[in-house]
Amino acid sequence: MRIARILKNTVLRCFALCAIGALAACSVPQTPVEIHDPFEKTNRKIHGFNKSVDRALFRPVSNGYGTIVPQPVRTGVGNFAANLSLPSQFVNTLLQGDIDGAARNFFRFAMNTTLGLGGLLDPATEAGLEQERADFGETLATWGAPEGAYIELPLLGASTQRETIGKVVDLVTNPLSYDLESPENLVPPVAGGLARLGDRYTFSGVIDQVLYESADSYAQARSIYLQRRRFELGTPVASPESTTEDTYDDLFN
Amino acid sequence: MTICSTSFSRRTFVTGGIVAFAGTALSTPALALTTAQAERLIQSVVADINKVINSGRSENAMIREFAGIFERYGDVERIARFTLGADARAASAGQIRAYNKAFSGYISRKYGRRFREFIGGEITVKSAKSVKSFFEVRAEALLSGERPFDVTFRVNDNGLFADMLIEGISLARTEKTEIGALLDRRNGNLDQLTRDLSSL
Repeated sequence: MRIARILKNTVLRCFALCAIGALAACSVPQTPVEIHDPFEKTNRKIHGFNKSVDRALFRPVSNGYGTIVPQPVRTGVGNFAANLSLPSQFVNTLLQGDIDGAARNFFRFAMNTTLGLGGLLDPATEAGLEQERADFGETLATWGAPEGAYIELPLLGASTQRETIGKVVDLVTNPLSYDLESPENLVPPVAGGLARLGDRYTFSGVIDQVLYESADSYAQARSIYLQRRRFELGTPVASPESTTEDTYDDLFN
Repeated sequence: MTICSTSFSRRTFVTGGIVAFAGTALSTPALALTTAQAERLIQSVVADINKVINSGRSENAMIREFAGIFERYGDVERIARFTLGADARAASAGQIRAYNKAFSGYISRKYGRRFREFIGGEITVKSAKSVKSFFEVRAEALLSGERPFDVTFRVNDNGLFADMLIEGISLARTEKTEIGALLDRRNGNLDQLTRDLSSL
């Protein structure tokens, strides 16, 4: 069966690559600080570039997409793209030892691909099978790899060294990026791109506020990304080592 | 979306009880809050928010209501001092007072606008626990057509929340970054920042 083959291939490739990924991530020196950003100068340049791309291209195109394409269709595209990422998420939940999450992702993929008309609909969530989001960056974190330095990637945006390695591994090991024939293999990237446009439109209020209304959009995007990602991964935010009065704990009692 | 409503029915909120409780907590700050009280407090915050987002009033009216909720339940002074950080130490008491006032208006307006995105949705309190020196009350926001997301309040002994986190993103930390950058832009001139905050 095609689904089974895809999943098997994913597991094999992932195991081969994960060792390399983990080693690379571990080579990053790390002391527990709230924000570790030794590449700030370069990051800020990339941030400026990303912002200009957003202003000139991404934002207007996403506005057009959101205005022209009705919401049910956008939701369908989002579901479709999310469904395509499920094989990779399934493997990552397995690698993290999350059997329950892996089972849910497996049945989600099976159910949404069939009953959900190739993933356009999401009957699995309605049946109580909620997605267990997982990516290789998270897997590395589960295995104890340090977060590494903060980096802003061109076009892709905020990240850390560990998350960047995770992204690369996820891309290379995703069966849908190598297992499809010629015209079909365009489907995942196009769906992914449209899903990103949809997200940019749905969250335009928050994103515009961070990028265009905050006093220092670089610092704000960095802070928000790190807080959000650490929350997803369940890592507590390390307090800065300095014992000056203005630590977060001073907010309380 | 039917996922949550089955397992967590919303608890009824008794207006009179909460008002009486809030009064007591404010007048006797030495009295320690209990986890149950912190949870009830956030339930009243959430009930107020839900009332506004489903009131069908004009957007501007809602923003004003949200600003009011923030001022009533938020530990705005504590948040203001935190956002100033080390710069607060060099400032006079008068400067701090003026800044706090300006900050309170700024933060209420800004997050009043943010809450606008909750219009038509529903927030439900899910759990409360005591963490270190504060109480953490977790709630879930359910907006139409979106995955539910986490809204957490951190409540002080004085019965006010000193931080609100949406999917782990802390209002206090975010505003500390913002205020820090605004101050840098003004070469650390606090009076200038205080003046400018009223138009931000």
